Amino acid sequence: MEARLRVRRFDPESNDGPRYQSYALEVPYYATVLDTLLQIRDEVDGSLALRCSCRSAICGSCAMRINGQARLACKTKILAMAPNGEEVLVEPMGNMPVIKDLVTEMEPFWGKVRAVEPWLQPKGPPPQREYLVPHEAMRHLADVMGCIMCGACLSDCATLETELGLGKAAAQTFLGPAALAKAYRFVGDPRDGADADRLLALSRPEGVWDCTRCYICVEVCPKGVAPLEHILTLRRKAIEAGYEENLGARHTLEFEKTVRESSWL
Amino acid sequence: MRAALEASRSGVDVALLSKVHPLRSHTAAAQGGINAALNEEDSWEKHAFDTVKGSDYLGDQDAIEVLCQEAPGDIIELENLGTVFSRREDGRIHQRPFGGAGFPRTCYVTDITGQALLHVIWEQVVKAGVRVYEEWFVTSLVVEDGACRGAIALEMRSGQVQAIVGRAVVLATGGLGRAYHPTTNSLISTGDGMSLAYRAGAPLMDMEFVQYHPTTLKESGVLITEGARGEGGYLLNAQGGRFLEKYAPKMMELASRDVVSRSEQTEIDEGRGVDGCVLLDLRHLGEEKIHERLPQIRELALDLANTDIIHQPLQVRPGMHYQMGGVKTDVNGATPLGGLFAAGECACVSVHGANRLGGNSLLETVVFGRRVGAAAAQYCQSVAPHNVSEAVVADEEKGLKAVLERPRQQDTTARLRHEMGTTMNRLVGIFRTREELAQAVDKVWELKGRYRSLGLQDKGRVFNFDLVAYLELGYMLDCAEAIAAGALARQESRGAHSRRDFPQRDDEKWLKHTLAFWTPDGPRLEYAPVNITRWQPERRTY
Repeated sequence: MEARLRVRRFDPESNDGPRYQSYALEVPYYATVLDTLLQIRDEVDGSLALRCSCRSAICGSCAMRINGQARLACKTKILAMAPNGEEVLVEPMGNMPVIKDLVTEMEPFWGKVRAVEPWLQPKGPPPQREYLVPHEAMRHLADVMGCIMCGACLSDCATLETELGLGKAAAQTFLGPAALAKAYRFVGDPRDGADADRLLALSRPEGVWDCTRCYICVEVCPKGVAPLEHILTLRRKAIEAGYEENLGARHTLEFEKTVRESSWL
Repeated sequence: MRAALEASRSGVDVALLSKVHPLRSHTAAAQGGINAALNEEDSWEKHAFDTVKGSDYLGDQDAIEVLCQEAPGDIIELENLGTVFSRREDGRIHQRPFGGAGFPRTCYVTDITGQALLHVIWEQVVKAGVRVYEEWFVTSLVVEDGACRGAIALEMRSGQVQAIVGRAVVLATGGLGRAYHPTTNSLISTGDGMSLAYRAGAPLMDMEFVQYHPTTLKESGVLITEGARGEGGYLLNAQGGRFLEKYAPKMMELASRDVVSRSEQTEIDEGRGVDGCVLLDLRHLGEEKIHERLPQIRELALDLANTDIIHQPLQVRPGMHYQMGGVKTDVNGATPLGGLFAAGECACVSVHGANRLGGNSLLETVVFGRRVGAAAAQYCQSVAPHNVSEAVVADEEKGLKAVLERPRQQDTTARLRHEMGTTMNRLVGIFRTREELAQAVDKVWELKGRYRSLGLQDKGRVFNFDLVAYLELGYMLDCAEAIAAGALARQESRGAHSRRDFPQRDDEKWLKHTLAFWTPDGPRLEYAPVNITRWQPERRTY
């Protein structure tokens, strides 16, 4: 079948701004957007820049905006995007600077992940053998660990888009869905002993209360991690831990009080 | 990363270079698990014996003893660092059965074990503050006065060439799957480290042993974990029969990978396949177990093969998966070239011999990653600091510039890569003959000639993937040359190397390692003895 792509190109070494380039080529019916982009690079235009590696949705390299939404190119079939041979729009991820074509600057993303101290902080020395923990707890965390750090959620995060639009420096913006899901992965781990410190840190500005619950991260996550759910759990745990001295928590508690006292919202 | 972490724990200054962000590494694609004798009824000796037998007696037994003895300690450490291993009812790590193993000793995180381990090690690298050079592509090793003293690398972001000076260099660059087409391997698995070492004068060992995984998807070549059979999946032919009855009556689907892949190929070749495939049937496992143990596999089969494994059998075929050979090292990861170390798939210690067992590759990366990190750090204490001369960097820059200036020809990197990949798969695949191997040697030689005049389309410096693909093709051609030459020379069948013209294992003549040394006229082959400690070669059946 014929695949038609419209790709946003940008060459930092030329004086031109971004431009859109259309391609049409013959691909097998099962071709993904990644297969097609690689075929373009091999057969048509060797200068097309994109990151990719595993082709099986596990390495997290090839997130990009396809038809306006962040997706993994390797997990997105041409046929699903263009059942009637329509042109498929391919652009780099949003909310981060573009370096070349579909390659974006990922450092803002990694900076946010590093900010949540993403390593296990157990209380006391490790046991002689493995920690004895329930299977259900590990199985639940394995789903959260399923996050491949592709950046799709941050690309389409409405909170971040608004903050960047207001001119905030990237380092002072919302931590974002992936980093908070990563933080939850430790708060939810029975082996981690730093819950109190973590929840305190996450209750500060740029933390869990900055989320507008727009649900986009759940929709775009290619691995079903559902970051929003974990953000909401972190909020609940933060209040339970007594971290109420912030706008978000006070707002929530006030709502609760109003409903409790007057049955009105 | 495991090596960098260990070296940094030893207090030396570590730089970690990677052509991709470390979380994009091919380790993430390992699905099924990691082996260790944790159970009281199991023992490291049993694990070692299974590994020796799996290797068709070509693995070095001293190295295999190290691997299996140290495995439990490394698994416990990985757990203590945060790996969310699936558990038994009593809270201990659960273990699933895997191919070629006499005991269920494969620890796992559903079917994302590699990803889970990779992320945990990365967390520790971040915590330790190891300096990571992301998206730096190594173009050559610096060898002066007979020792490796660093690497020259292309910073992909800027396109600038720089020297990274080091008293020791550890290669942990993974496999070379992309020298074959199709393959289960990531696009980045292009044999970089093997070729870098080979060009620098270190020998490659046992390169003719290339593993075909029994279950890969027909169209994309993507991997379906051995865990699918470990959890009880059947392999069926067109008649619906479990054909392994004929080939491996005792272990059936859980015989070692070389045996299962050969059996599948025989069924397909003799007309009992389905569209060039056999069927992996998981329906009897039931929906709940599939969701619990194989969630990613279900998703992959749905996305890439349009098959719901809960309701339909899945078409699978053997596909190139793993390189047992690699840069020759000792049990501490030291190569024969001073200052140069290697670990993981790019190294050949050798623990896998002629055929690797599933669950032993992740294990090799953590056990030998740790050991090589410590050994390299220790080596650093014994040598004086040095510099790399500007002239070396200037030479490299000149070479790359010349490549960039050549115009794109009729012949392209993509075309050569495709010819190489299909040639290797067709002529140096599961079953081999002298005629085919000789053809493959000639073809690779021809491709190497054509490679020298290739030109590029992208003339820029920033993220020039055209240039990277060109350099990677050069690495793969080196590897392909060593594989084909080793396979042509080895006149026996052992493990993954099956010669139709020499169908028997020949311990008298061939119980030895192949060493390939780079020369301008193609590889020079030498041979080295196998280290046998306590398990004498026996007939191998499953």
